[in-house]
This record gives sequence, structure tokens and C-alpha cells, in this order.
Amino acid sequence: MSASAVHSLWTTAATAADPIAKIDAPKIEYGQLSPTLIVVCAAIIGVLIEAFVPRKSRYLAQVFLSAVALCAAFAAVVALAADGYGTTKAHIAAMGAIAVDGPSLFLQGTILLAGLVGLFTFAERRLDPEAHGNRVDSFAAQAASVPGSDSEKAAVKAGFTTTEVFPLLLFAVAGMLVFPSANDLLTLFVALEVFSLPLYLLCALARRKRLMSQEAAVKYFLLGAFASAFTLFGIALLYGYAGSVSYARIAQVVDGTVTNVDPALADTMGNDALLLVGGAMIVMGLLFKVSAVPFHMWTPDVYQGAPTPVTGFMAAATKVAAFGALLRLLYVVLPGLRWDWRPVMWAVAIVTMLGGAIVAITQTDIKRLLAYSSIAHAGFILAGVIATSKDGVSSVLFYLAAYSFVTLGAFAVVTLVRDAGGEATHLSKWAGLGRRSPLVAAVFAVFLLAFAGIPLTSGFAGKFAVFKAAAEGGAAPLVVIGVISSAVAAFFYIRVIVLMFFSEPRPEGPTVAVPSPLTMTAIGLGVVVTLVLGVAPQYFLDLANQAGVFVR
Amino acid sequence: MENLIALLVAAPLLGAAVLLCGGRRLDAVGHWIGTVLAFVSFAFGVILFADLLGKDAEHRTLMQHLFSWVPVEGFQADVTFRLDQLSMTFVLLITGVGSLIHLYSVGYMEHDERRRRFFGYLNLFLAAMLLLVVADNYLLLYVGWEGVGLASYLLIGFWQHKPSAATAAKKAFLVNRVGDMGLSIAIMLMFTTFGTFAFGPVLDGVGDTSEGKLTAIGLMLLLAACGKSAQVPLQSWLGDAMEGPTPVSALIHAATMVTAGVYLIVRSGAIFNAAPDAQLAVTVVGAVTLLFGAIVGCAKDDIKKALAGSTMSQIGYMILAAGLGPIGYVFAIMHLVTHGFFKAGLFLGAGSVMHGMNDEVDMRKYGGLRKYMPVTFITFGLGYLAIIGFPGLSGFFSKDKIIEAAFAKGGTEGWILGGAALLGAAITAFYMTRVMLMTFFGEERWRNQPTRSPEAPSAEPVAEHHGEHAEPHPHESPKVMTIPMILLAVGSVFGGAFFSIGDRFLHWLEPVTGHSEGDSPVSAATVTGATMVCLIIGVGIAYAMYGRRPVPAVAPRGSLLTRAARRDLLQDDFNHVVLVRGGEHLTRSLVYVDHTLVDGVVNGTAASVGGLSGRMRRLQNGFARSYAVSMFGGAAVLVAATLLMRAV
Repeated sequence: MSASAVHSLWTTAATAADPIAKIDAPKIEYGQLSPTLIVVCAAIIGVLIEAFVPRKSRYLAQVFLSAVALCAAFAAVVALAADGYGTTKAHIAAMGAIAVDGPSLFLQGTILLAGLVGLFTFAERRLDPEAHGNRVDSFAAQAASVPGSDSEKAAVKAGFTTTEVFPLLLFAVAGMLVFPSANDLLTLFVALEVFSLPLYLLCALARRKRLMSQEAAVKYFLLGAFASAFTLFGIALLYGYAGSVSYARIAQVVDGTVTNVDPALADTMGNDALLLVGGAMIVMGLLFKVSAVPFHMWTPDVYQGAPTPVTGFMAAATKVAAFGALLRLLYVVLPGLRWDWRPVMWAVAIVTMLGGAIVAITQTDIKRLLAYSSIAHAGFILAGVIATSKDGVSSVLFYLAAYSFVTLGAFAVVTLVRDAGGEATHLSKWAGLGRRSPLVAAVFAVFLLAFAGIPLTSGFAGKFAVFKAAAEGGAAPLVVIGVISSAVAAFFYIRVIVLMFFSEPRPEGPTVAVPSPLTMTAIGLGVVVTLVLGVAPQYFLDLANQAGVFVR
Repeated sequence: MENLIALLVAAPLLGAAVLLCGGRRLDAVGHWIGTVLAFVSFAFGVILFADLLGKDAEHRTLMQHLFSWVPVEGFQADVTFRLDQLSMTFVLLITGVGSLIHLYSVGYMEHDERRRRFFGYLNLFLAAMLLLVVADNYLLLYVGWEGVGLASYLLIGFWQHKPSAATAAKKAFLVNRVGDMGLSIAIMLMFTTFGTFAFGPVLDGVGDTSEGKLTAIGLMLLLAACGKSAQVPLQSWLGDAMEGPTPVSALIHAATMVTAGVYLIVRSGAIFNAAPDAQLAVTVVGAVTLLFGAIVGCAKDDIKKALAGSTMSQIGYMILAAGLGPIGYVFAIMHLVTHGFFKAGLFLGAGSVMHGMNDEVDMRKYGGLRKYMPVTFITFGLGYLAIIGFPGLSGFFSKDKIIEAAFAKGGTEGWILGGAALLGAAITAFYMTRVMLMTFFGEERWRNQPTRSPEAPSAEPVAEHHGEHAEPHPHESPKVMTIPMILLAVGSVFGGAFFSIGDRFLHWLEPVTGHSEGDSPVSAATVTGATMVCLIIGVGIAYAMYGRRPVPAVAPRGSLLTRAARRDLLQDDFNHVVLVRGGEHLTRSLVYVDHTLVDGVVNGTAASVGGLSGRMRRLQNGFARSYAVSMFGGAAVLVAATLLMRAV
């Protein structure tokens, strides 16, 4: 790679000037990047806390720091949006690396809220019975100890807890904040890795069923690395095609508005095969993250094995970030290829909707069930993505916001239902839950109805918006299939409700633990958002609508 | 002045609300509240009538716009009232007769502990019926129409502890639904044809509309009228409806509600005038029903059912007249009004007889009652003379005009319709004379035998209760009951003459309904003469059968026709065989299809989806390597498909 090519990786000025000339200091708009910067700084401070603060104080310090950081970052997002960065002042910051526009801010806000709710469930310490007089959370006492070994027992006895999960959470959030706003392919890739690696780690940290948790993490890591390789290869091919990694530049080359060929790339530039293969491979990497069929196989195993708070956070926030990135890629970089990628995405959306819904029918584990449900929902959201219209963008934004709160709430409820072995996730144990704990079962029923898209829940409003956009975008057959798979999906959601309310409770059934206000907040917020977005969605639809334009 | 129209409806509506919501604390005064509000409404009616009379004939229409009911672009329905000569006539009839029947009910229902509720329902009925006749569009009319149906259901089934009453109420409601369906379809057709429901635009727009559409609307309106007015083929509910308290039979099933169908047809006259086929159907229905009802009336031994058959027959006359077009509209309404007087009077008389006879309804257990209840006898007798058309009494004038109009229709149709109407007059004379003779004349068959037919157990109020098997002690009813009977008798005697002399009624209604003389092949005098002959024949036969011979206490087997007529000319059997059995077969076969085909498809789909799920689940084998292969395959397909898209 020649020097000028390297240069163009880092600046979009693309002035193939004299390499000896003075390099301008990059101009960074710190204010507009503040949400990400706040979270990253807090994560780094969190690492320092692990190093320097006494063990006893770490938990409080970490929770406090994380909560403050997430709130501050959310406030920064709101401030930016109020300042008009979502609409009129939308532009590309950080030398072309980051786009500050409506979708960015909307998704960042959603991710931050999801992170905050996730933090609440991470910090929950009242559900597991006390180990040797110490309150413990869902995470392993000492991640490095071999499951079942003496060192593990010693760590439990000593009352160790893995407070590193909080900085890991913050790093993941930071990566997710950048992911949907990345405006060049390298930033996209860095962000992808920044949020993926902490998630791999978090998945391995379950306190109970540790082997399963570690297996899940390894699978996630292997398959994630595999997908990342595809993405990276796709990035290389696109660079070969356009001579740049900048979204805007690639889009111009695709449209044919840029003709000056980089001499070093004269042989490959403008070669459509590179564009098509490269684009498909990057999209594949993103489809892996949103768990679209056939890149979904990791989802059930990882969702089941990961500690439930991590599953909830991952299911909600990863989907938001990855769909944000996918939207930007398809709408900003590849709109010129619309007629190439739309049919393919049609097929992916169809198999994702049907596959997720159909396989979920025979699941017996509530976490796996929710995993397949998340696959089906990825298909529904893809239907909105395919609309290729402003309505498509805003409907997807709305759907993501609605879906993430339902998901977080549902997994938070899963953490409550416990028996001697920890969480009782086998569906047979949920039989008759509605008679023993009517409130918890009713709340879970609300979440299930929202997943099923029953009116007066956010799920209905979201699904309606997405399908409407898809139908108006000429994808009516897709909508028909979407509705059919919704009907199939409704079966297994309602089946759980029937199981909870109309079956006899089993004598050795699980108990419902009384959580601390943290989890209660997480669940309560989920219910409130679900109902508010379901009963009065218009304000939020308008908000998503205002945020529906990408800056180019 | 036009603001009074809303009050006309509001007064009884207020009464219904107060009485039904007021609870037990109003038990002591409830009946008076209801009665007073009925009279208040009547007073408003009289004031408005006086106001209308003060204007010239062309300007006798008052309109009151209350509010926009359904203000949707392209679908406007207003709550607007129209009071013209036609509505005014109905308003006076409804409130006048209605008030008298309220008054009568105060006495009649004295011993019923649910009397307050009864008056609430009566007031509700008045309000709905008034809304029906003062509405200025078909949609609002429909509200009144349904309200009337509801009130009728509540009142027929008022003695809900009697299974027969509950069944009768249900039957009336269901049969009426069929008619209501016709009205709602007619309204929808109007909306698609004219884009509005208001009387003015609809009836003025008739000229620009195809005859086919108008015929469809007309037939649907006729179906509606058949339901409400108990015309063939929807007549079966009226006889059973006599299970309700007698004042209800008088008010609803004689004087007012059953005339709603006549009102509907006369009000929609412009539509029928432009749709001769629909008009012909109306006359046929009217002619068939007037004979049908009369024949049923001849065979009934239950005094109220005999009168119900008579009602059906008299409404048949009105429908027949309404079907004749402008020749008959005025006379349909005139007969409606006079019928309102004498039939209400007859029913109240019947109620009075039952009141004095321990609720016995079987006329074979009456006889010779004229000595014991003179007022009832005289008022009932005057009503009897009026209905058979005794010269000088009101029925004579109004029925005679209808028969004339039927002949004036002209052609073969005129002869057939006129003949049917004449025949009907003869049968009317027969069955009414039969009722009269069996009840008030002859030997006192009620002596030395237990009363209370098993069909009418302890429901009706009993003034002097002498136990299950006591001999009845016939007696005159209290003043509160006899006064309304007397007033109605006055109307029965003088109403017809008052209306006909100088064609008062004709001039009053003509601006609304229009009128033409028609071209009668026979002179008016000939028709009157023929009617008189029929009358004498009918009375004579009845006298020969029931006046000169003793009436057997147990009904003889009778001829085939008599037996059929006792069973309402097999109408229930017909309905049962054709509709109930047919419906059962239909539902059974649908259920079969549902079980085998629909459920089969549904369950089959579910099973196959489940099986598919099980097979697809096996792909999820837990090995990271298989997952990676699947991803790789997916990526390969994705890339290949993308390239393929470009190649295509």
C-alpha cells in the first residue's frame, strides 16, 4: 500500500499532495462527540478503579461511575439533539469519521438508555442467595478460576465479585455508540470490535452453569471473529473499488460522480465485482450481529449461556447498534446499488422472519425461546430496512427503541424466576406461575404480548410502522409473509401466557425472588415504555420521523 | 315554536330515565310521573298542532336542527326534526292514545310490584315512537325504529317470570330484526344512491334515479314495514305478543307501533310512486294480510288473540291503501287514526273484561257479561260498531274510502284488490260479532266452573282473588280504567265523521302526501252499498252461529280451515319447517365443514409447522463448526445472489 493510500485512510481530504508537506492537525469536534467520549473516559476510569480502589468499595464506585457516565452521555445526546444536530445542523465530524445526524443521535440515545437499564440488572445483588454472607450478583466470583475447582470455591468463600463487568459494559456501550454513527469503513470496523470484545468476555462470566457460559462465549467469539474476518475482507474489497473508505466517497464512486482514479488503484477502481462482493461481505458481518438467518446460529446458544443480564443488554443494544450501522451502510454508501441488494435482503428478511418464528415453536427453554423471538424480530426490522424510504428509516428507529425496552424487561423478569439451581429457565417450570406470582406473570405477559405485536403495546405500533413503510416501499409480499410469521410467533408467545395462567403449578416449582429496586426499575421502565409507546405512540413516531434523515 | 319538537320527545325520555334510574324510592309515585309526562308531551303536541293550524296549508312544516350527529366528510347525519302534517297526525295519535293508556295502566297495573318499571318502559316507548315520526332523516328514524323495537321487547316480556312471555318477547324481537335488516339495507342503498339520508334530498332526488334502484329500496322498505307492522310473511310475532300486559297490547300492538310500517311507506311515498313494482308488492302484502289476519281472528277463542288477528287485518287495509299510491295515502293514515281509537278502546275493553274475570282470556268461558260491566259493554260495543264499519261511526268512513280506492286502482288489479277488501270487510263483521256475542251475550258460561286457563297463570293482576277454583265475580273496573275507555269510545264514534265531512283530513294531509282521485270503475255509492251488504252477511252468519245457538264450552273440532286458523294458519309450522329446520341443517353442515375442512386445514398447518420446527431445530446442533459452515454457506449464497442480480 503506497504512502498516499495510507494517507487517504486517515483523511478524507484525499489531496494526493507532497507527502513531506506539513500534515494538518486533525480537527476534532469534542462537543459533538461528547456522548462517546464521556462513556469511554468513564470506562477507562473504571479500569483504574479496579486497579486502585479497595475491593469492598469497588462495587459502589463502579455502579455510581457507570450510572453517572451513562446519564451524562444521555444528557449530552439530548443537548445535541435540542441544539439541532439531529436535523438542521447535522454534519460529519471528526475529519469524516463520525456522522452526527438524526439517526445517530436517536440510536445513541436508545443505546444509552438500554445501557442504563442493563446496568441496573448488572448491579442486582439480591437475587442470588448470599454466599458465605456476601451478597453476589449474576457474575462469576473469579472469572479466571476453573469451574468446579478449589480456587473457585476459595474465591466464592472470599466473597469475590467480578466488578470488571461495569467497565466492560461501558466499553461495549462506547463501541455501540460509534457503530451506527461511523462514517467510514475503518471506524465501523474498530467500533465493531470495541463493542464485540467486551461482550465476548461478559458472556463467559456467569456465576452458575459456568461451563455453559464459557462454551457460549467461545462460540460467540469464534463465530464473531469469523464474521469480522468477512467484514474486514469486504472493507478491503470496497477500498479496492473506491480508493477510499469514506462512505461519502464510496457512494460517489458508485454513482459515477467521481472519475479521478487513484493511480495506485487504477487496475481495480470501478470494478463492480469488487463492489458487489465487498458490499455483500460487509452486510453479512452486520447481519451476523443482528442475528439474521442464516447467520443466526450463535444466537440461541449464546443467549442461553450468557448471564441473563448480559443477554438482555446484548439482545437490546447490539441489535440497535448493528441495525443502525446497517441502515447507514445501505442508505448512505450503497443506495446506488439498491436494485442489487434489495432482492437479496428480501430473501434474508423472509427466511429470518419465518425461520425465527418456526423454530421458536418447539423451544423448551425460555431464554432460547426469546433468542429465536429476537431472530424473528430481526426479520421484521429488516422488512423496514428494505423499504428504502425516510419512513423506512424512522419506522426502524421506532421499532428498535420499542423492542429494546421490551427485551430488557423480559430478560429482567427471567432473572427473577429461580429455583435451587439458579434461574429456572425451563418452560415446564413456568407452569402456573400466574397463580403463584400474578404480578410477575402479568408483567411478563405484557412483554410477550408486545413481542407478539398485540395492539396497545409498543410491539404493535412498531410492527405497524415497519410493515406500513415496507408496503409503501413496494414490498407488499414481504409484509404478507411478515404477518404470517407474526401469527406463527404469536402462537409461542401466547403459549407461554397460557402456561403461566392456565396450568396447574408444580409442587417443586420455582420461586419468584424479590429483587432490589434496581431490577424493579428495569422491569417497571420496560412496562411503562411498552404501554406508553403502545397507547400513545404518535409523539415518539414523530420524534423518529424527525430523526429519519442521514447526513451524507 | 319549532323548539318545542325536541321537548315533545324529551318529556317521555326524561320520564323513562328518571323511572328506570330512580330505583325503588320512586315506586310510590313512579306511575304518576310517567303518566304526567305523557300528558305533558300530549300538551306540547296540541300546542304545536294549534300553531300549525294557524299557518297556511303550504307552510305547515316546522324544522328543528338540534345538532350534527355524524359530521364526517361525505357522510352527514344530523339530529334534525321535521314536523309536518303527517308527523303531526302521528304525534297527536301517539301522545293522545298513549296518555290515555298510561292513565288506564295506573289502575290496571295497580297490584304489580314492578309498576314503576312498567311506566318507565311505556315512556321509553313513547319517546322512541315520537322520535321515529319527527325524525327528518332515515338514520334518525332508524334510531326511533330500533328504540320502539327495544321498548316492545321489554314490554312484551314484562312478566318475564312467565316462560311464554319471555319466549314471545324473544320471538317478536327476532322477527323484527328481519324487518330491521331491510330498513338498514334500504338506508345503505339510499346513501349510495343519493349520498344522504335526509327526507328532503332523498325524496326530491327520486326523479334522477333509475327505477331498478328505487324498486330495490322500496322492497327493502316494505320488508321493514312487514316486520314492524306484522304483515305477511313477518306476521308471526303479533299473536304471541299478546303475552304482554293488556295496555301494552293496546298501545303498542294496536294503536301505534304496528302503524310504524304504514308511516314508513307513506313517508317514502315518492320512492314508491316512482317504483310501480314495489308498489304492487305493497298492495299484495296488504291484501294478503288483511284476509290472513281476518281468518285467524275468526278462529281464536282467546279474546286478545282474536283482537290481534283483527289488528293484523286492519293494518293490512292500511298497507293496501298505502300501496295504492296517492289515491290511498290519505285514507291509509285516516284509517290508521280511527283504528288507533277503536282498537285501543277494544283492547282496553278486553283488559277490563279480564280484570273482572280473574284474568280469564277464553271467550268460551265468558257470556252474558253486559249486565255486570255496563261501561265496558257500551264502550266495547261502540268500538265493535266502529271496526265493522257501522254507518256513521269512524270505521265506516275510513274503511269505505280504502275499499273505494282499491277499486279505483283500476284494471284487473283494482277488481282483485277491491274484492279482497270487500271480503275482508265481511269477515271482519263476522269475527267481531263473534267476539261481541261470546263475551257479552248468551248464557253465563263462567258460572259453576273453575277459571284460569292453564295458559295464563297468575300473571295478570287480580282485583278480587278468590283462589284457584273460585267462580269469578264479574264487576266493573275502576274509574281510572273506564274513563280512558269512554274517551276512546268517543273518538271511535265521531272520529271518522269529523275527518270525512268536508274532507277535512284530506285537505290537512294533502300537501304532504299528495292526492289523486283515481278512476274508479264503480261509483262510490255502489261500493258503500256492497260494503253494507258484506257487513250484514258477516253479522248475520255470526249471529246464526253464536247468537242463536249456545256456545259450547269446549271448542268443537272444526273444519280443516278452522283448525289451521287456530294455529295461525300454520305460520309457526311454516317458519319452523322452512326456517328453523333449514337453519339447523345449514348450521350443522357448516359446523361439519368447520370441523373437518377448516379445522383440518388449521390443525394440519399447525402440525406441519410444528414438524418443520422440529426438523429445523436439529440444525442447531451446538457445534461451532456447523454454525461456521452455515455462515459460510450463507455468505456464499449472499455474494452469489448479489452477483447474479447484476448479471440478470
